[in-house]
Amino acid sequence: MTDLLQQLLNGLSQGSIYALIAVGYTMIYGIIQLINFAHGDVIMVGAYVALGCALMGLGFIPSLAVAMLTCAILGVIIERVAYRRVRPVSRLAALTSAIGVSLFLEYTMMYFLGADLRTYPAGFFPERTYSLLGVTINNKDLLVLGTTLVLVIILQYIIYRTRTGKAMRAVSFDGQAAQLMGVNVNSTVAITFFIGSAMAAAAGLLYGIYFNTVQPLMGLMPGLKAFIAAVLGGIGSVPGAMLGGILLGMTESLVAGFGGSMYRDAVAFIILILVLLIRPTGLLGKGAQEKV
Amino acid sequence: MKKYLSTLIICLALAMLFVAVQVGISSGLISGYWVTNLYLVGINIILAASLNLINGFTGEFSLGHAGFMAIGAYSSAVITANLGLPFPLAVIVGMLAAALTGVLVGLPTLRLRGDYLAIATLGFGEIVRVVLMNIDYVGGASGLRNIPFVVNWPLIFFSVVFSLLLIRNFICSSHGRACLSVRENDLAAQMMGVNITYYKVLAFVIGAALAGLAGVLYAHYYTILQPRDFSFMLTFDVLVMVMVGGLGSLTGSVVGAVIITVASAFLQAIPELRMVIYAALLILSAVFRPQGLLGEKEVTINILQKLGGVFNGTVGSKQTN
Amino acid sequence: MALLAVNKLTKAFGGLVALNNFVLEMKQGELVGLIGPNGAGKTTVFNLLTGLYQPTSGNIVFEGRDLRGRHPHQITKMGIARTFQNIRLFGNLSVLDNVKIAHQVVINYGLTPAFLRIPPFYRREAEIEEAALKLMEIFDLKKYAQEKAKNLPYGEQRRLEITRALATKPKLLLLDEPAAGMNPQETHDLLELIKWIRDEFDLTIILIEHDMSLVMSLCERVLVLDYGSLIAEGTPQEIQQNPRVIEAYLGDEEVAAWEE
Repeated sequence: MTDLLQQLLNGLSQGSIYALIAVGYTMIYGIIQLINFAHGDVIMVGAYVALGCALMGLGFIPSLAVAMLTCAILGVIIERVAYRRVRPVSRLAALTSAIGVSLFLEYTMMYFLGADLRTYPAGFFPERTYSLLGVTINNKDLLVLGTTLVLVIILQYIIYRTRTGKAMRAVSFDGQAAQLMGVNVNSTVAITFFIGSAMAAAAGLLYGIYFNTVQPLMGLMPGLKAFIAAVLGGIGSVPGAMLGGILLGMTESLVAGFGGSMYRDAVAFIILILVLLIRPTGLLGKGAQEKV
Repeated sequence: MKKYLSTLIICLALAMLFVAVQVGISSGLISGYWVTNLYLVGINIILAASLNLINGFTGEFSLGHAGFMAIGAYSSAVITANLGLPFPLAVIVGMLAAALTGVLVGLPTLRLRGDYLAIATLGFGEIVRVVLMNIDYVGGASGLRNIPFVVNWPLIFFSVVFSLLLIRNFICSSHGRACLSVRENDLAAQMMGVNITYYKVLAFVIGAALAGLAGVLYAHYYTILQPRDFSFMLTFDVLVMVMVGGLGSLTGSVVGAVIITVASAFLQAIPELRMVIYAALLILSAVFRPQGLLGEKEVTINILQKLGGVFNGTVGSKQTN
Repeated sequence: MALLAVNKLTKAFGGLVALNNFVLEMKQGELVGLIGPNGAGKTTVFNLLTGLYQPTSGNIVFEGRDLRGRHPHQITKMGIARTFQNIRLFGNLSVLDNVKIAHQVVINYGLTPAFLRIPPFYRREAEIEEAALKLMEIFDLKKYAQEKAKNLPYGEQRRLEITRALATKPKLLLLDEPAAGMNPQETHDLLELIKWIRDEFDLTIILIEHDMSLVMSLCERVLVLDYGSLIAEGTPQEIQQNPRVIEAYLGDEEVAAWEE
């Protein structure tokens, strides 16, 4: 029983990280209907920037802030350079560009910083473990859950209580109509990337601390899995992304714990195929019918 | 008459190419390093052309090509290495297994649009890789070894010619047009009597079978197979070839395959930088020239004639020549 | 025998009933109009007839055969063709290819002749090309043969839509707002064209239109839909007088215009 709880807790923590990443994906997809393959790599950049800050002696919160800001700007630049002109042309081209950006980030980092694994310095986030009901809770878990919760609450506030958020929702619903209503679509898209990438940076830092590893390809798998989580929850829906992330994290944890850890990675893809076959709009999503 | 003349010229050119290279190899004029690259160009041409059939001509964004190649490679290797059966059987088994996988991927993904299809096929490729890593019969993560070395220039040459001919004959026919119509507007295609289910799956089957053929050749040249050879990186490389050459141009796939394979050879010493360059290339081509070098044009005899000013040719640059 | 018999045809999307108990019977050679406010369910009727949607209940019988459960491409082969409200040409393909693709319903060959390039391939290809060019000549599109469909002027694109539909050699032709975006002169030309193709190609036609002048002068019979239900059926004159129709659709000012 405690085993199960342990797995679930691990799943919850990991799921939160997925959720944080998935939220960024879903926001971007919701607004411009593009799978931002580079999102996973923004995570990686965030982790590295935070690592740099940590090595310079900055504490957790300042590092987080710097990383989030840096990646937010990076996200806006990526959108401006690689996506803005391509999107109207063809979706295939936009997706290809996204894949290009993803690989560009990965291998540039690899070229300049080397492929070796790094870790955050020992004093950066001192580990403490607690025991509750026979389950080991790490303060890392608490950090992840806590940070995720705070960020999501802030996000919800932005989306539902500010004019910017309203603009974002309008554009994701109908870009052309929003433009006719006076919404500056380009800025709104840029802001979405800004926020989404900031979230990704936070996720990167958390991931780096939780798994004690930072390397150039670290964003690939989590990014892909987070996208699958977003699809599971219903692409375009922020609560859906959160739900999908948690569910995916827990399922993976259970499979790894009780089944084979070899098949852990396959879980995500199997879930994806199942979702796409059975309910492509996801758990909380709403489908849009193409008018004939 | 003009048709027979152009066919004759092509056959002559191909024959000359074949003989020239064969002589070069046999005499030792072409070094081992370049022979390897030549064979690799051949394999990549087959991969690029078959991916173009699925992505460029039928408009289905498939990112699982590595998976099809892996199936072809491994199944053929099992036939020759594990079961000791003759190579021709391995070729048939490899292509058939890959083709079957094409059906398995094509059918469930019928209703998926662009991005979703891309991710689903990507997932398929990854699943294949993970599964292969866990099957001990084919060597698991450490790989399958002792595959007989069977590949030579004639085999590569004829495989490439066969593949290109197959795709070309398919494209320049009513079936090819049907696939194009699926790409352009599958709703209207249905209304025009095109069975889009059939053609969507068919594109996958043919594309997968040829990727499988490439896999067979790969397996029996390098004689060692490892699951990590067939990761998304491989699909990405092929995608770059297709995008650079032109999504929707068969000649473009050939050109793209040659350029990228040769470039990779030169950039071998600096793998990360190579990827950075390719990635940048992909972004630049997507942003500035999404149609690649050749767009949807094909280089036909007519165009060459026009350039050479030899005959009074009309410009025949459309697909259905 | 009726060419087309539609009985109590209903289509519901979850809770929303798009079409309710629609009834229609058509004899060979008739030209029927289908009108109604936007969202009344007119295109839904077309989608049901062509197999894009499956009926929730009711049936469709075409030439004595039940259409339910059949795929769109099968229904096209049986002889029903349609054009679209928003033009759906194969934009990047040539005009000739657009027509050739449609013609495959009539003349085609298997994969083996295509791969092996044996004589049947060349023969049938020649037949397809000849038939396509002939049809294009009739509709004055032959000069655009190698042009990409998306480069054509709007009027010619609409003509190509119709040409393409006719290439499938249909018995029943469904025209979905063919006059959309046309000026009065173009509309008049279209009117003559539709009359002409009905006689020349032995067609039965159902026409969805908002342009009342077209409907009133062209159609022998008119059906009126409103919120998915058939509210009136009759000759154009009868429809004009029908109070329910006026209330739902035409409006008082429109009626005044007609009484001139």
